[in-house]
Amino acid sequence: MSKVHVTTSVNGDEVEFLADPRETLLDCLRDHIGLTGSKEGCGTGDCGACSVTLDGTLVCSCLVLGVEADGKRVETIEGMADGAELHPLQRKFIEHAALQCGFCTPGILVAAKKLLETNPNPTEEEIRYWLAGNLCRCTGYDKIIRAVMDAAAELRQEAA
Amino acid sequence: MAKDEFKEFKLVGTRPDRPDGLDKVTGRARYGADISAPGMLWAAVLRSPHAHARIVRIDTSKAEALTGVKAVITRADFPTGLTGEDWNLQENTMAGERALYDGHAVAAVAATSKLRAEEAVRLIEVEYEVLPHVIDVDDAIKPDAPVIREGAADATVPEGMPPNVVRYMEFGRGDVEAGFAEADLVMEKTYKTEATHQGYIEPHACMGQLGADGKGEMWVCTQGQWFIRKMCTAVLGLETSQLRVTPSEIGGGFGGKTTIFMEPLSLALSKKAGGKPVKLVMSRSDVLRATGPTASASMDVKIGMKKDGTITGARAEFRMQGGAFPGSPVDMALYCCFAPYKLKNVEHVGYDVLANRPKCAAYRAPGSPMGAFAVESLLDEMCRELGVDPLDMRLKNAVREGDTASYGPKYGSIGLVETLEATKAHPNLSIPLGPNQGRGIAAGYWFNHNGETSVSLAISEDGTAQVSVGTPDIGGSRASIALMTAETLGIPYEDVRVNVVETGALGVNEPTHGSRATFASGKAAVVAAGHAITEMCRRAANEWGIDPEAVEWVDGAAQPAGDNAGKFPPMTIAEIAGKMGSTGGPISGHHESVPDGVGASFGCHVVDVEVDPETGRTTILRYLVVQDAGRAIHPAYVEGQYQGGAAQGIGWALNEAYIYGEDGRLQNSVFLDYRVPVASDLPMIDTVIVEVPNPGHPYGVRGVGETGITPPLPAIANAIQEATGARLCELPMSPPKVLAAIKAKGG
Repeated sequence: MSKVHVTTSVNGDEVEFLADPRETLLDCLRDHIGLTGSKEGCGTGDCGACSVTLDGTLVCSCLVLGVEADGKRVETIEGMADGAELHPLQRKFIEHAALQCGFCTPGILVAAKKLLETNPNPTEEEIRYWLAGNLCRCTGYDKIIRAVMDAAAELRQEAA
Repeated sequence: MAKDEFKEFKLVGTRPDRPDGLDKVTGRARYGADISAPGMLWAAVLRSPHAHARIVRIDTSKAEALTGVKAVITRADFPTGLTGEDWNLQENTMAGERALYDGHAVAAVAATSKLRAEEAVRLIEVEYEVLPHVIDVDDAIKPDAPVIREGAADATVPEGMPPNVVRYMEFGRGDVEAGFAEADLVMEKTYKTEATHQGYIEPHACMGQLGADGKGEMWVCTQGQWFIRKMCTAVLGLETSQLRVTPSEIGGGFGGKTTIFMEPLSLALSKKAGGKPVKLVMSRSDVLRATGPTASASMDVKIGMKKDGTITGARAEFRMQGGAFPGSPVDMALYCCFAPYKLKNVEHVGYDVLANRPKCAAYRAPGSPMGAFAVESLLDEMCRELGVDPLDMRLKNAVREGDTASYGPKYGSIGLVETLEATKAHPNLSIPLGPNQGRGIAAGYWFNHNGETSVSLAISEDGTAQVSVGTPDIGGSRASIALMTAETLGIPYEDVRVNVVETGALGVNEPTHGSRATFASGKAAVVAAGHAITEMCRRAANEWGIDPEAVEWVDGAAQPAGDNAGKFPPMTIAEIAGKMGSTGGPISGHHESVPDGVGASFGCHVVDVEVDPETGRTTILRYLVVQDAGRAIHPAYVEGQYQGGAAQGIGWALNEAYIYGEDGRLQNSVFLDYRVPVASDLPMIDTVIVEVPNPGHPYGVRGVGETGITPPLPAIANAIQEATGARLCELPMSPPKVLAAIKAKGG
C-alpha cells in the first residue's frame, strides 16, 4: 500500500512523515517520529496508555489513523514539561509515589492534564470517572488520585 | 504513616523521590517495545484458532515468497531431544505435533515492517485435525476426559489416576478425623475460582539478535534476565553464556514475566534472517490467549471448630489446572491455605491437572489467593454459625514464633498477632453500616523468597556509589536499595545510583519475584557496602599508619577509634575515593549468595461493600489492608504494594475471569471484555504497615509484594454474605451470580 505524506505539529514542532494508511497515530508517533513515550497496552482503546491530544481533544492514539493527524496539532507526554521544568502533575506523581512500573503513567498524565484544563477543581469522584479509561494495574489508583488532586490544588493556587 | 518515625535510621523509612521517577513521568523510560536497531526486522506470530488440534500440514511457501519477508519458522526450526521443563518451554513457545490451546503459536515470520510481517502470517496455510478438548478442571480430571499428553504424569501420581493428573501430593499431621470428632461444628464446602491474568499493561516485547556463530543479544521486558537467558538458550540449544540479555524497564509483571513465551522466536527468526535484529511485540489478545494466566481451581475444604472458635481439624483437597503443561501452583495453595493457624490435625491433598489452556505462570502469591478464598470463606461461615467474632477466632488460632506451620516448617519471628491486633484497633471497624452493606474480614499468607542473588557495588572517584543489581525494578526497588546502601555507607540517598544490569555484568540472579528484590538484592547490597567500608577503613589506616582494626566508619567517613580516637581528623568517603588510584586501586564490594533469613508475611484485610439487591452489583465502599512488612524501607512504595495487591484481588473477586466458549476459544481476549478494575470502581485503599522486623535482614525487611492479593477474594465473599445473606462459593462474584445467589436464598 503506498504511503501518504503527513504534515503535523507535534508538541509545537512541525513534523512530516510517511504513513501507511493502515498505521495508527500511535504507530507513527512511536515508529516514525521516535516518540515512544506514548505506550500501546491494548490497541483497542481500552487502556489509555496511548493517550494524546489531537487539536486539544483527548484521544487514544491507537484509535486514530496516522493520516488523520495531517494538519492537526498533536500533544504527547514528551511535550508536557516546559524544558527542564516539570508540569505540576509530573512533579506530584513523583512526590506521591503515584507510579510503580510507570507504563501507564504517560497516558494518565496526558489525560489528567486535559482534565485539569477542563475542570480546575475536580472532586475525587470526577477524577476517578475521568481516568476510568486509563488502566493502572500496579497502584490501585489511590496515589494517582491523590497526586492529581494535589496538582490541581497547586495549579489553582498559581492561577489565583 | 506512623511507622515512618524510626529514630535509629537517617534514611530507612523515609520517602524520597524514586531515582527513576523523572524518566517515567516524561516518557523517556525505555520499555520492551521502545527500542529499535539498524537493520531491524519485525516479527509476527501465527496462532492456533483451536483449543486442541493435530497439525497435519503447514505450508509457508506463499509467506516466504512475499517481498520483504526474511525468515519464516515453524517447530521444524527448533532442536529436538529436549526433556522435562525445557521441552515444556519449547513446546509452549511453538506447537509441535499438536496445538494444545487457543492461541498456541504455530509459525512465525520476520519481515521488513510490522504490517508486512502480519500480511505474511496470513499467507501461511495450516491444515488442522480438530481434536476433542477440555477446559474446566473438574471435567479435565474425569477418567474419560480428552488426554492432553500421554506420559506427562510424574512419579508422584499413583497408578490408576485419571490421565490428566500429572502431579499428586498429600501431606499433613495429626489425625483429622479425631480433630473433627472433637469439634462442636464441622463444615465442608466446595469452592471454585476461574483463571485470571496478571494484566500488566505492557504486553511482552523483545528484540533479539542471533548470529550463525551462536552468539546473541536480547533486549526484553522481563522480571528476570537470567531466567530469559537460561530458558531461551535451552529451547534453542545454545550455550547459556553466549546470549547476553538486557532487561528493559518493565511495565508490570506480577509473576507473569518470570518465564518465556515468544522470546526464543525472535532469536530463531534472527538467526534464519542472517543475524539481523528482530523485534517482536505481543498484542493484548496474544497476551491474554498465549501468555501465562494463573490456574483455575476446584477446592474442597472441611474444618472442625469448637464453640469458642478453636480449630480442631482441617482438611483441604485442591484440584488445579495450569494449562496444557504441569505446573499449577496447587502445592503452594495448599502450603498457604492454613498457614495462619495453629493446627494439630491437618491434611492436604492436591492434584495438578492438564487442560487445553495456556501454560500458567506465576501470579502474585501463586496459589495462595485461591486457597485463602476456600479456607477463609469457610472459617467465616463457621464463625457466623457459632456466633464467634472472626477477628477473635483468628487471634485465638493465630500462629506465633516457634509454632510449626500447617505445611511443616517452624516459624521464626512473624507478625500475625500484631497484624490482627492492628486490624482490630483500626477505626474502619467501628464505622456503622447501612442496609445492603456488609463487612468482611480475611487473613492471608505468603512465604517470601530468597533466590540466587548477585550484587556489585563500586565507589566512584567523587565518593558517590553505584550499585549493580540483577533484579528489575517493578515497583520502586531502586529506591529501597539506594536507601539501604546510603544508610550503610553513611552518605546521602542521592549519592547512590542503583543500576539494573544485563546478564554480562553479574553472576546469576533469580528474577524480581517472590517479593525478594528489596529483601535479597537489598541484603546483598548492604553486605557489599560493608566490604567497601572495610576496604576504605584499611586505606585510611594505611595513611594514618595505624592498625585497620583501630578504624571505624561513622557517617560516611573513616575515623580513628579506641586508643587512636581523635588523633586524626575523620577521612571522608570523598577523600578516600579521590585518591583510590594511588592507594591500591578501585574500591568496590560484591556479594553472591542465596540469602538466608527469609521472613514470612501475614496480612489481614477488611472490606465494606454494598450490594444492589436488584442487580447483584457489588460496590466497594471502603477497604483496609493491614500487613507486616518487617520494616518499610520506603513506606510509600510499601503502601503501593498493599494497595495494588488489594486492587488486583478485588478484580479477581468481583469481575475477572477467563471465559471460554463451547469451542474452547477464549472469548474475552481484550481489555474491554477482560475488565480489570478501573479508577471509578475503587475507593481509596487504607493501609497500615505493621513492622515486626525480620531478624534475617540487616534492616528487618520481609518482602511486601504478594501477601496483599490473598485476602481480598474471601474478604469480599464474607462481606457479601453479611450484606445479602447469600454465600458465594464461586468466583468471580459478578452481578448475575450474586443476584442468582440472593434469589436462591429467597431474598
